[in-house]
Order: sequence, then C-alpha cells, then structure tokens
Amino acid sequence: MATQSTFLDTNELVLNMGPQHPSTHGVLRVILRLDGEKVLGTECVIGYLHRGVEKIAENRTYQQFAPYVDRMDYVAAVSNGLGYCMAVEALGGVEIPERAQCVRVILTELNRIASHLLWLGTHALDIGAMTPVFYCFREREEVLKIFEKYCGARLTTHSFRIGGLQYETYDTFEKDCHTFCDWFEKKVDEYEELLTTNRIWVGRTKGVGILNAEACKAYGVTGPVLRAAGVEWDLRKAQPYCGYEKYDFDIPTCQNGDTYDRYIVRMQEFRQSVRIIRQAVDSLPEGPIKGKVSKVYKPPIGEAYVSIEAPKGELGYYVVSDGSTQPYRLRVRPPSLVNLQALDEMCRGALVADVVAIIGTIDIVLGEVDR
Amino acid sequence: MDEEKKPEGQSAPEAKQPKGESPAQSVEGASAEVVPASEPKPTEAVPAAPAPEKPAEPAAASPSPATEKPTVEKSAADKPAATDKPAAAEQPAAAAKPAPEAKPAAKKPPPKKVPTVMEVEPWEGPLVDSLKARFGDEIMEFSTYRGQDFLVADLPVAIPILEFLKLEEDFDYLVDVTAVDYPKNEKRFEVIWILYSFAKNLRIRVKATAGEGEKPGTAANIHKTADWLEREVFDMYGIEFEGHPNMTRILLPDEWQGYPLRKDYSIVQQDEDWVRENLQIESGQ
Repeated sequence: MATQSTFLDTNELVLNMGPQHPSTHGVLRVILRLDGEKVLGTECVIGYLHRGVEKIAENRTYQQFAPYVDRMDYVAAVSNGLGYCMAVEALGGVEIPERAQCVRVILTELNRIASHLLWLGTHALDIGAMTPVFYCFREREEVLKIFEKYCGARLTTHSFRIGGLQYETYDTFEKDCHTFCDWFEKKVDEYEELLTTNRIWVGRTKGVGILNAEACKAYGVTGPVLRAAGVEWDLRKAQPYCGYEKYDFDIPTCQNGDTYDRYIVRMQEFRQSVRIIRQAVDSLPEGPIKGKVSKVYKPPIGEAYVSIEAPKGELGYYVVSDGSTQPYRLRVRPPSLVNLQALDEMCRGALVADVVAIIGTIDIVLGEVDR
Repeated sequence: MDEEKKPEGQSAPEAKQPKGESPAQSVEGASAEVVPASEPKPTEAVPAAPAPEKPAEPAAASPSPATEKPTVEKSAADKPAATDKPAAAEQPAAAAKPAPEAKPAAKKPPPKKVPTVMEVEPWEGPLVDSLKARFGDEIMEFSTYRGQDFLVADLPVAIPILEFLKLEEDFDYLVDVTAVDYPKNEKRFEVIWILYSFAKNLRIRVKATAGEGEKPGTAANIHKTADWLEREVFDMYGIEFEGHPNMTRILLPDEWQGYPLRKDYSIVQQDEDWVRENLQIESGQ
C-alpha cells in the first residue's frame, strides 16, 4: 500500500474480537482490520471447540454415534439427528414408517422454531434490544417442554433412531402441539410489533451485511441467508424428504439480502413451521414407529450423501460404509461453517459496530462450525 | 431385497470376468491408480434390474469405461480372496487403525452373503454425454449408487471438470469438499467434490484419487466456498491444494503435527509436544 503519508493518515488498526466475546455466540475469534470505524477486512479463527467428531464416528457403531451429532448444532439437535439418521438409512436402504416420518417432521419443525427463537433473542440482544431475549426464551421453553415430555431430554434430544423412532408419542402430544402453535402464533405477532417497524431495529439492520444471490452461491451459503437474497430455495421443497411434499407451506424470500431481510425471512419461517406442524399433527397416521432394522446394523459397502434443510441451511452427511458396523468415513457438511465463511465479504466496508449484527444474522453455532 | 440382489451380484462379475481379464492386465499400469482407491465402489452388477444386459451396455457404448470396468472387476474379484484368507494380517492394514480389533471381527464372517463391492449402476443421460464429449477418457467412471450420481476422474482434470460443470452445466454451488483415506491403496486418498445445480435441482459428486504428496488443484478460484473446505481437508488429511491462497490449518492449531483423519492416526493419538507446551498438561486425554 503506497499511500502518501500526510498528517491526516490514520494507521490501520488490528482489533481482536473474541474468542471470549458475548456477541460471537461461542468461542469464535475474529481479527478485524480497521480504518477508524470502517472494517477493511476480517479473519476468522475457529477450532476452539473442535472435538474430532468425524474421527469419533469412525470408531463407533452407527447407533453409538447417533447421540454425538446432537452435540454439533446443539440448539437444533433434532435436525442433526434427522440428517444423520436419514443418511445412514439411505445407506442401508431402510424404509421408515409413515408415522415415524410424520413425528420426525413435527419435532424437526418445533426444533426449527426453538433454534430461530434462540437466534432472534441473542441477535436482538447483540444489537441492543433487551426485551426480545426474555420473550424468546419463554417461548422456547415451551418447545423444550414438549421435547422433554417426548424423550426426557431438552436440548440434546437424541429423539430419532436409525429406522424410525425410539419412543411412541405421549398421550397429549397432539394437543400440546396444537396449544403451542395457537399460542405461539400470537407471540410472533408480538415480536414483529416490537421489532419489525422499530426505528432503532430498522436502522441497525437495513442495508447492513448485504450478501446478494451471486455471492451466496459462490460462498455456498444456504438457509435463510440465501432466501433473504431472493433465491427461493429450500431443500424441503427442492428435494423433499420425510414426506415434506405432503404439507402445504411457502418458502419466504426477500430481495435485498441484508440483515433486516434475513430477520424477515426467519420471522416468516416461524409461521411456516407452525403451518407444517399443524398439518402434520392433524394427519398423524397410526402405525409402527420403527422400520425393520437389525440391532447390528451393517449397511452394504457403499456411500451416500444426504442433506436436509436445517434451521441454518443445508446440513449434509456423507457416509462411506465398508460393510462393517462402523462408518468407514463420516463427513458432516455443516451449514454454520460454510455460512460463516461469508462473514468477511459481508463485513467489508461496514462499521465496526455492525460486525456484531452481522455475526448474529448469519446464525452460527460454534459447536457445529468446529465439530 | 437383499436376497434378490445376491445371486445376481455374484453371477455378474463371474460372467464378466473373462472379458475383463486381458484388458485388465494390459492397462493395469495405467489404471491401477484408479482401482485401489475404488475399494468400496467398484462397478459390479445391477441390484434389481436384469443383470446380464446392463453391464453389457456401457461396455459396448463407451470404449473408455470399458477398459476401466474390467480392472475394477479384477479388484472386486481379488478382494473376496484377499478378505477371506489372511484375516488377521490383511485387515489391520485395510480398515481403520484405531479399532482394528472390532472391525475385522465384524467384517469377516459374511463375505459371501453381503456384496463385497459397492453395487453401482451405470449413470447415463445428457450430462454424462456432454462430459464424455468434453473429457473423454479422463473420466473413468460414471455411476449411480442409491440414486446418487457420481463420476471418477483423473486428479488433474478434476478442477477443469468443476469449471466446465459450473460454466456450461449450471452446477454453481459447491456443496462440499472432502476426502477419504484408504491407506492400503496405492493412491491412498480419494478427494470428493459435491456439486449442486440450482437450475437443474441436481446433485452430483466428482471423485478423484490422490497419492501421498500429490496435490489436487484448488477450486477456490471457481467456487469461493472451497477456501475453507479445502483448508479443512488439508488440516485433517494433509492433502495440499495447489494454488490455494492460504493453505493453512483451520480447525487445529497451526503448529499441530499429524493429520487426524488419516486411518493410521489413532483416536487417542495427539500432538503430545504441543499439548505439553501449550496447555501445560501431560496429556489431553
């Protein structure tokens, strides 16, 4: 950089953010290059939570490994479990009974709501809105109660098994889901009242961290971030799984690809999830909850890549089997890691205070970034 | 379903073998690199469809896969023999180092019952035709397994293929880059690129094998997302991507020694010096 030095020159400032910073949502370290208030570039340092999940997978049987996936994206453990089970089932050609599929959809959508609630609360808190976080945690609690009643766990639920479900639903499951949906829809209205037209909120989010559709595709960014950029793409529609084709729902999109649009998209997804849950609960068929899977599960030699629409984007599992009881290789394609990579692009030229908003809007979970 | 498959699966390779034998030997040097790496995937029979016709088709239709197929069969034929006899000796080398006691035991007994290779079907269609027209022999295999399409190519053309797929065929989303380690193969690594096309709603995999020290080209100039994904492959396997802007570790500390996802890296292994120096403890276990 051959800049002419004058007395007006400011030196480039390198600022270290994290790994212990409340707004990095975990142990993420971001090195910021600043020119005054302006961000010239960022570099992420990740790996603080690396636990070698993929290595562990090679040393566990397929069933033994299932609980581990819950510990990657721990706020959307059900989605992780669903992706993993589907990949392993695809490998072995296991058929899943209708009822199990339906319950899977209900729990996954509930989990999407819980995940988005956590995102909304913390994201708003980062930007300075104190109230939503308490509301969001209150509502999230109700989802977690349903999980707890269903399988005894609240966060790392391990609710699915290879071949279907471990547990039958409890007696008032349908009623609880309906009660939650009715109650929750009004709460979404409340959040929107608090934020959608709030001048401070709009001021802090509109035009911040823009990532257009081209850039999204180049960076492999998926999920609400991609949809906020105007790409109507959702794996539940594009390549339906678990019977999602039976449910009537829309893919919310926006056009500008900024932080505000991503907020709008996720708010709409709350409502779409509620729609799906209602339909699924109403159409919950009777029948078995587990397909025919031998206790010693040995998929034939082969490989499969299966991905689902997790709350954060495309969550993929690439599993290679050598015909034994353990995966020969298990690769997780984490949406958080891939989406986080676009942080630099989104932050360039932004103000330093917006970095916090941008990290929040990507919606990352470091447990999944680092695995 | 399994019961139906088995008889065909076994008869087919036998039927094909004679035809395969001679080309297999003659091209062995050339295509040997492909064969070992394809340990779990060699082309074999067709699951439920009429077995005799299908294998014949690709062989007749395309000369290049034809030369490749027999060699694959050869490895397929070799394998049962190898896997049957020296159970203890062969297996630790074959399967994971970490838990060799568990794996061979689980793997050994049913070699006759369970197919010993990946039962792929040929993958055909306009996309395959245009790739064949452009790359010819450099793509050795077009297959489908469980409804998922993949191709196996020479390592040097992997990046041109990605570029071609992006520019000509709309595969504009690189989903993932990853690798698998087969230490007993001559070229131990298999590098996998997973691609998706928004326009076509199609997902395919591009695979290539890389030996120790061989450097695949970087895809970061075509798909920006490859940057971190390739760094992770480097971090875990030690595969360097030629031309990558920042080929450093991403999850592990920069000074860490060893590549954890290699099969010869034990699950309890760690860089003890690093742990002692940086964490001031004797062991991270």
